[in-house]
Amino acid sequence: MTTYLVTGASLLGSGSGDLLLADGHLGDPADAPPDAVRIDASGLVALPGLVDLHTHLREPGREDAETVESGSRAAARGGFTAVHAMANTEPVADTAGVVEQVWHLGQTAGYCDVRPVGAVTAGLTGQRLAELGAMADSAARVRVFSDDGVCVSDAVLMRRALEYVKAFDGVVAQHAQEPRLTEDAQMNEGTMSGVLGMQGWPAVAEEAIIARDCLLAGHVGSRLHICHVSTAGSVELIRWAKSKGWNVTAEVTPHHLLLTDELVASYDPIYKVNPPLRTADDVEALRAGLADGTIDCVATDHAPHPTEDKECEWAAAAMGMLGLETALSVVQAAMVDTGRLTWAEVADRMSVRPARIGRVSDQGQALETGSPANVVLVDPAATRAVEPADSASLSRNTPFRGMELPGAVVATFLHGRATVLDGKLQ
Amino acid sequence: MKSHLLSTGDLTKGDALRVLDTAAELRSLADRPIKKLPTLRGRTVVNLFFEDSTRTRISFEAAAKRLSADVINFSAKGSSVSKGESLKDTALTLEAMGADAVVIRHGSSGAPHRLASSGWVRSSVINAGDGTHEHPTQALLDAFTMRRHLGDLDGRRVAIVGDVLHSRVARSNALLLSTLGAEVTLVAPPTLLPVGVSSWPVATSYDLDAALEKTDVVMMLRVQRERMNAAFFPSAREYSRRYGLDDRRFARLPDHAIVMHPGPMNRGMEIAANVADSHRSVIVEQVTNGVAVRMAVLYLLLSGADTTEHAAGEPTA
Repeated sequence: MTTYLVTGASLLGSGSGDLLLADGHLGDPADAPPDAVRIDASGLVALPGLVDLHTHLREPGREDAETVESGSRAAARGGFTAVHAMANTEPVADTAGVVEQVWHLGQTAGYCDVRPVGAVTAGLTGQRLAELGAMADSAARVRVFSDDGVCVSDAVLMRRALEYVKAFDGVVAQHAQEPRLTEDAQMNEGTMSGVLGMQGWPAVAEEAIIARDCLLAGHVGSRLHICHVSTAGSVELIRWAKSKGWNVTAEVTPHHLLLTDELVASYDPIYKVNPPLRTADDVEALRAGLADGTIDCVATDHAPHPTEDKECEWAAAAMGMLGLETALSVVQAAMVDTGRLTWAEVADRMSVRPARIGRVSDQGQALETGSPANVVLVDPAATRAVEPADSASLSRNTPFRGMELPGAVVATFLHGRATVLDGKLQ
Repeated sequence: MKSHLLSTGDLTKGDALRVLDTAAELRSLADRPIKKLPTLRGRTVVNLFFEDSTRTRISFEAAAKRLSADVINFSAKGSSVSKGESLKDTALTLEAMGADAVVIRHGSSGAPHRLASSGWVRSSVINAGDGTHEHPTQALLDAFTMRRHLGDLDGRRVAIVGDVLHSRVARSNALLLSTLGAEVTLVAPPTLLPVGVSSWPVATSYDLDAALEKTDVVMMLRVQRERMNAAFFPSAREYSRRYGLDDRRFARLPDHAIVMHPGPMNRGMEIAANVADSHRSVIVEQVTNGVAVRMAVLYLLLSGADTTEHAAGEPTA
């Protein structure tokens, strides 16, 4: 295995230091062997490899949109060394067999650690629990369970899931969307939906479920994670639940940190996503929540769709956006360049905390001797215009196309091996 | 005017008046024995209807034919669209056939906008009703009808009553009539007003009786009985009692006020039969005016697009 000596990097954005990547771990740079490959990292920020709690890799079932390999290549280009593959595949990842298949595909691809998420209910139908324990005990060692795409709306089922996963230190990641309040919903309910004549998706549909589930988690003493928080009210509720000492965590997507429902006026389904883009006030509350730690982490909700599912009228289009390759740049634009997060805090929100929530023990560790050599080098001074055709994903549905975004991933190391060097996949 | 007609919100006051004044000239044709002009000879207008709407389609068809355009009617039912063809492929097909204007009716809000901005077609796109968004030519024909009876609309009071939430007619009228200086009041039960309506250039009211006394125009919107199944109101009878234009309310209208309805009507639901058939009702005239207004829109969009004979004040692409 190649040994790398990274020199002159700004470790977590402060000072200047060297990193030795040898045998999959970080070593003492003073011990660098003479044949170590030297990487001049002056001007670059070194962060622990990013961990995504929310990725749709589409395999098995929709290999036309993404595969485990193509999605993990996109992840590596975005600086990720671990992703959590959501369960809404075909077949659904609701058995040990499917999660092991996805886990093996990730191992074979080798671009990042692919951690399968298990479905909470069999077939995502919200009727009865999937075999959560079998998935937890499988080779994939599933710890995050989610019906993402649909809400576990039945309060009793949600309560039981929260209780049951305590046996193996699991967490239920809720897609908070009250189904009756969002039937046929197309976009955020507000000024824009009224003008555009679109069925509204009220904030309360998200917030009502979050309030209920926080109360449930508090009641049964379980770990609850809230997926893709999108409204100011949700941030308030999570802040309140944390103040009670309940074990509630939350994520926000890059697109909800940057984009608003004003974009829907174009009627271009590239902006159609679940949960929908909200207002500027919501964006501000999400940024504040991420800055003060109410929202624990950034998760991409990377959702590839083939061209024909977006090249149509709004109502017929699929919901979702690409996110892996632009996440760090969007966070830099929304949070770092605005002075709301330091790079050390970016490492916390995009690596340390998501690894802890997902119970990924060999990710999200400090950049110090003995840690697994999962490292990303970022050039914060770079800028680039997002070009969909450049993506490593099989899909092209990025809402950031054409936007000038700051920052570029120069290198990504997964357990000491370079998956990206000089900005190129290895 | 721009090269498309997608929303009345895109029209300046000057644009709107140009359409209405042109329609007034063209309307005189309706009273002549020979109703046809050669203006759009050789141009092709496609009526692309993804939703059934015989009324709107034949109005556009008559308008195009009176301007001597070739008309192709493309109805989604029984066509390739019902076999799963996408909007894009349909559009490319029409483009390949050389359509100069596409008149589109679609159940999805924004579909005409998508057609116009996607680059799939070069032709002018005219929104003939999209989902619960807009129906610009209906608003233009409504404004045209009001002007014929009331003159300048500046300062005139218009009450639009009923299912505003789901009404493309209400959206287009609210924007257009405000542009023309009218004072619009949307009257509906709270469940049928959109969230965010406070940002519209209109007043709102839950009380029809209060709105009627000082109004110059009362426009009743069609209300689908099925809405009560989604709890928008308790029953058709209760809706009718609170928001229907019945004989009693009709009697309280100012003497000069006119009654409008975009059709098709639910007689006995939002409007009483006597009211619909009264001398103050201009509902049938709305249909006649619809042809003239659509002629004006086609004329301004198509004849202005690539000829230079039209001087200042004519449409620009």
